[in-house]
Amino acid sequence: MSASRLKILRASAGATIQDGGRFLMRRYGVTPSGPMDWAAFATVNRVLRNPKDAAALEISIGGIEFTSEEAPLDLAFAGGGFNWARDGKTVPSAARIRLHAGERLSAKPGTWGAWAYVGVAGGFDTPIEMGSQSMHSRSGIGGRMIEAGDTLPVAPQASAPALPDGKIVSTRLGRDETPIRVLLGPQDDYFSNDTIAAFFAASFSLTPAADRMAYRFTGPKIEHALGFNIVSDGIAAGAIQIGGDGEPLVLMADHQPTGGYPKIGTVIRADIGRLAQMRPGETCRFAACTMNEARAALFALEDEIAATACQPIAAGFSSEVLRSLNLIDGIVRTVSDQ
Amino acid sequence: MNETIQPRFLPAGESALVVEYGRVIDPLLHDRVLALDAAIALSNIKGIIETVPTYRSLMIHFDPRAITPEALTQTLADLDTQPRQQTRSKKRWRIPVCYDPSLAEDLGEVADALRMPPDRIVALHVSARYRVYMYGFAPGFTFLGGLPEALTISRRATPRPPAPPGSLLIAGGQALIASIAMPTGWYVLGRTPARVFDPARARPFLTDAGDDLVFEQVDLDQFNNLTREAESGALVAHEEAAG
Repeated sequence: MSASRLKILRASAGATIQDGGRFLMRRYGVTPSGPMDWAAFATVNRVLRNPKDAAALEISIGGIEFTSEEAPLDLAFAGGGFNWARDGKTVPSAARIRLHAGERLSAKPGTWGAWAYVGVAGGFDTPIEMGSQSMHSRSGIGGRMIEAGDTLPVAPQASAPALPDGKIVSTRLGRDETPIRVLLGPQDDYFSNDTIAAFFAASFSLTPAADRMAYRFTGPKIEHALGFNIVSDGIAAGAIQIGGDGEPLVLMADHQPTGGYPKIGTVIRADIGRLAQMRPGETCRFAACTMNEARAALFALEDEIAATACQPIAAGFSSEVLRSLNLIDGIVRTVSDQ
Repeated sequence: MNETIQPRFLPAGESALVVEYGRVIDPLLHDRVLALDAAIALSNIKGIIETVPTYRSLMIHFDPRAITPEALTQTLADLDTQPRQQTRSKKRWRIPVCYDPSLAEDLGEVADALRMPPDRIVALHVSARYRVYMYGFAPGFTFLGGLPEALTISRRATPRPPAPPGSLLIAGGQALIASIAMPTGWYVLGRTPARVFDPARARPFLTDAGDDLVFEQVDLDQFNNLTREAESGALVAHEEAAG
């Protein structure tokens, strides 16, 4: 199959190319970047049989519209509950499809979610800068954000077998409002036990100050027992900084690798994507968990992603798809709901 | 020296660990951070992705599938008690700097705040011996220790407009060299034509944590010439054998 290109027709602010992230340079102040919702990103690559860190298009809450130039494009998308349409006809919010030359695919904001990923079989063939294709718009490393008119090259494929169109089936991709799990530390000793208990008992609302760098929440003030100025130390993704205003700031994919506020805890990796999918005005609670729980949740999620399957969708029936529909009766109802 | 300081091992999620030697800025604590960093670089511990040295702690990013935090902590505790090894010789950099009024936007403000003549501020700033402690804020922002105490000035309440790349900044008893234009709560005393960060170079970052650094004053003509040289890829800064 010849190399194809994805042409952007419309893009809301904040669309970028992301791969697994820009590592090994955090000691020089370089932001790691990478996907906001790594689980959705990994799911897309999984169903395309790509390497798990292959570069994908990350779209923000406003959505996107694009077309395939010249040749068909095997692609997959997943993330928040966006409304996706192919040439105006609704498709599932997580699916793998072959987009034929000239066909248009669009995503508009749905009922929930802030980020979604579009992967292509083979990955996007955009430039590598400092070891990664991830775009970090604040520093300019990896290039600027995606805009209408951009053409994204796709890595040529070595006669990969065509994958049938299908809806991505994953319980993980549904909306989940259970508390966001947190491991205490590294500076939980800057807070009293009462304050920590109050933090886990309260509900916090996401403010409009939410972007790829950090999500600022508002809620009851979190009091520092030892002041809020610490000598700068390292920051991990998901760190919950409590600044001078007593409000939690959760550091996201584009976080600085070092910083100078006490960090009461760290959102576990299994839940950071769920937190990323929140929209300003939505609320969440945080729940303390143990190291063993955090590790088990991460491994379970990774295993679930590795086992992600696709079910046939209604559009573009092949005889093979029809046969499978006859065998699995329940799917027909599911499909007609879309 | 600091052999009695026991590091604390603090979790930063399931994929990162902080080894903390203290809570203040102190070259002896930083020496311990760098010694552990060097020991890890030589050790080949399974699962370590990268390390980030800061003033007083080392952050270790690791693959939780490859190693448990408990095993990593034990391995690091053993490593930390081993004799120190250096992976690289510490470098000393001589960096040209210019304090021409056209490049020293905040010098007058600092002079007023510290009640010192501008010349005296420049003399103190240019003659200090600095150590690179860490990077932070943005790629290549080089945080320096060694600023004379007389130049301690608190941060601005609200950030000033972006200071250009190469700006020499001070605040909170620290000095730094800016790599890219960013709004800042610090004060601009001058500028270097050297690029502490240049993505086009094979080594994009000029210095490493632990390097020593001294300034060498140049006039505006020299600054402009050196800026042109730096634009065409010359390093402009000079590396000396550490003494």
